[in-house]
Amino acid sequence: MAKAAEPDLKREKERWEKEILEPFLKKAKERRERFITVSDEEFNRLYGPSDIADLDYERDLSYPGEYPYTRGVYPTMYRGRLWTMRQFAGFGGPEDTNARFKYLLKEGQTGLSTAFDMPTLMGLDSDHPLADGEVGVEGVAVSTLADFEILFDEIPLDQVTTSFTINPSAPVIYAMYIAIADKQGVPRDKIRGTIQNDMLKEFIAQKEWVVSPKPSVDLIADIFEFGIKETPKFNLISISGYHIREAGSTAIQELAFTLADGMAYVEAGLERGLDIDKFAPQLSFFFNSHNSFFEEIAKFRAARRIWARAMREHYGAKNEESWKLRFHTQTAGCSLTDQQPLINIVRVTLQALAAVLGGTQSLHTNSFDEALALPTEEAVRIALRTQQIIAYESGVADTIDPLGGSYFIESLTNETERKTMEYINKISDIGHGSILKGALAGIDNGYFQREIGQAAYQYQKQVETGEQTIVGVNKYQIPKEQDMPVPILRIDPEIQRRQIARLEKVKRERDNDAVHRALGQLADAAMNKQNTMPFILDAVKAYVSVGEIMEVFRKVHGAYREPAIV
Amino acid sequence: MEQRIRILMAKAGLDGHDRGVKVVARALRDAGMEVIYTGLHNTPDQVVRSALQEDVDVIGLSILSGAHMTIFAKVAELLKKYEMNDVLLMGGGIIPDEDKPALEQLGVYGLFGPGASTQDIIEFIRNEVQKRRKLEV
Repeated sequence: MAKAAEPDLKREKERWEKEILEPFLKKAKERRERFITVSDEEFNRLYGPSDIADLDYERDLSYPGEYPYTRGVYPTMYRGRLWTMRQFAGFGGPEDTNARFKYLLKEGQTGLSTAFDMPTLMGLDSDHPLADGEVGVEGVAVSTLADFEILFDEIPLDQVTTSFTINPSAPVIYAMYIAIADKQGVPRDKIRGTIQNDMLKEFIAQKEWVVSPKPSVDLIADIFEFGIKETPKFNLISISGYHIREAGSTAIQELAFTLADGMAYVEAGLERGLDIDKFAPQLSFFFNSHNSFFEEIAKFRAARRIWARAMREHYGAKNEESWKLRFHTQTAGCSLTDQQPLINIVRVTLQALAAVLGGTQSLHTNSFDEALALPTEEAVRIALRTQQIIAYESGVADTIDPLGGSYFIESLTNETERKTMEYINKISDIGHGSILKGALAGIDNGYFQREIGQAAYQYQKQVETGEQTIVGVNKYQIPKEQDMPVPILRIDPEIQRRQIARLEKVKRERDNDAVHRALGQLADAAMNKQNTMPFILDAVKAYVSVGEIMEVFRKVHGAYREPAIV
Repeated sequence: MEQRIRILMAKAGLDGHDRGVKVVARALRDAGMEVIYTGLHNTPDQVVRSALQEDVDVIGLSILSGAHMTIFAKVAELLKKYEMNDVLLMGGGIIPDEDKPALEQLGVYGLFGPGASTQDIIEFIRNEVQKRRKLEV
């Protein structure tokens, strides 16, 4: 019926353009020549039935909880259960972060999310020379299980879910979490949470690594193989577009590179001989929510549809859980300004709203002071309250996929899928049909880094010519002295000394024979291409440090160094 | 013709945030400067040695990890040690205003944070380098 009516609609639109619009435009021009998103995508003046003439409801949208999940992965979405409000937290020593965790839980947060300091993220201990000045600064410092015991003191692992933003040293942190669960007497198959563990995007964007891309992916396959048996409710990876976007990519690049990375990990799991329907349900995703509201909503909807189609049609997954793309969202850190910082609260609200309208499973809202330093407690509370207002006051969570069926949103979702698939097909071509090979080759030859760098530079130029508006930066500025002073969270340099002292004490008091044994067995496993996870777990339980464990991999595979590409 | 301005753009420490440094590097290059980018994860010593070898007018250090007080202090100290007093040390990243006076004391001039315009950075470098070159003559 819709199709038969289409020619009339098209004629009607032409008539409107000729009789109403054109004479109007002659009198009053539009504000801009091009109306563009932050990703330099141009939007049309108006979308109508002819823009979605080919849309097939059953095939392209279907119902929530049904393939291809465009409208959401669960049948009741937020009417059943709200998204998890998960504020990323971590600073100082484990005692400081443990206190912040308890504070957040008391304030109504429903899941934990751990930020680690740079040394821990890079697989170095607090006493490493390169760690000087960085211990506990950007996140919590963890060198051994002793730190982790303090971090999770009085936090029952059978009641909270915990997310760990950690990549090259993810196997060690994952092992520590299991060790704590064992100590608390919580069965491993009951623990829930996520390790980020996404190394491809590290080489593409976030730039934290220990060994080169191929052995890094092998280690991820170790975790898959171990995790599907040992911790079946734990997300073994969070395939992340967040950092790709923060590095300056467009929305389409974020989606395309992230989904391609996801497919690469699926191929790595298959190469390991794992059953796709065993490990795919334990994959999760992580996206950015930036300023261009509708672009973001369409991105989230398209993400679910592309993943479902790829998993079912291309990779032949049969388990419905393998088809569902579940994701965490964080609002765009790079969109925050240090000019007039309070207005960041408004930006974060809009970005969070887009994530909710896009059907996210969990959400971190940035604090308004994060362009200046780590957030203070007050700023974090406002960020959490922002989510609570969206959840409980606005009513947007009460109807599933409320924008579904909008000419604009559906047309945008289709376009996002089309353009994303162009990129994914290109990556597949680079790898001669293998996305895994394509992703590794693209990292080696700087393809991803160049694409992102170009987009970042393009955006900066548009900001400077005024083609992109940033309120408070290139429009509506105020003199610096009128700007509001923001209290800054300071990390006490004493923390570094305290951490090093604790590490020295642990190293003195642990059973060093057991340490040497564990490290020797781990090295053998790494060299003989055995699964290293059981050996990492043994080492962790013997209080071997993050740095000592990652050093084994450095010795076996060599340390990675990135070619410097501008 | 005036000699082209040579600048070393550097990332030191463990910080991997390289969007800003790369955007500025491209902009300076487009403005006609010679830009040498160190890549990630350099020690302060590596930064200063590269600056010495490349005979640069400017070192632009990018730090978003909060380690700026430690790293700038080390680089400034090494510049003194190698008597590279004519090299302009500047930087960018997430650096709170209240740290800026202390950094200036160390000899760090020109700190550009989020939202800074590349045109302002270019102009700043041209003026500063010109001043320093005049002093040398």
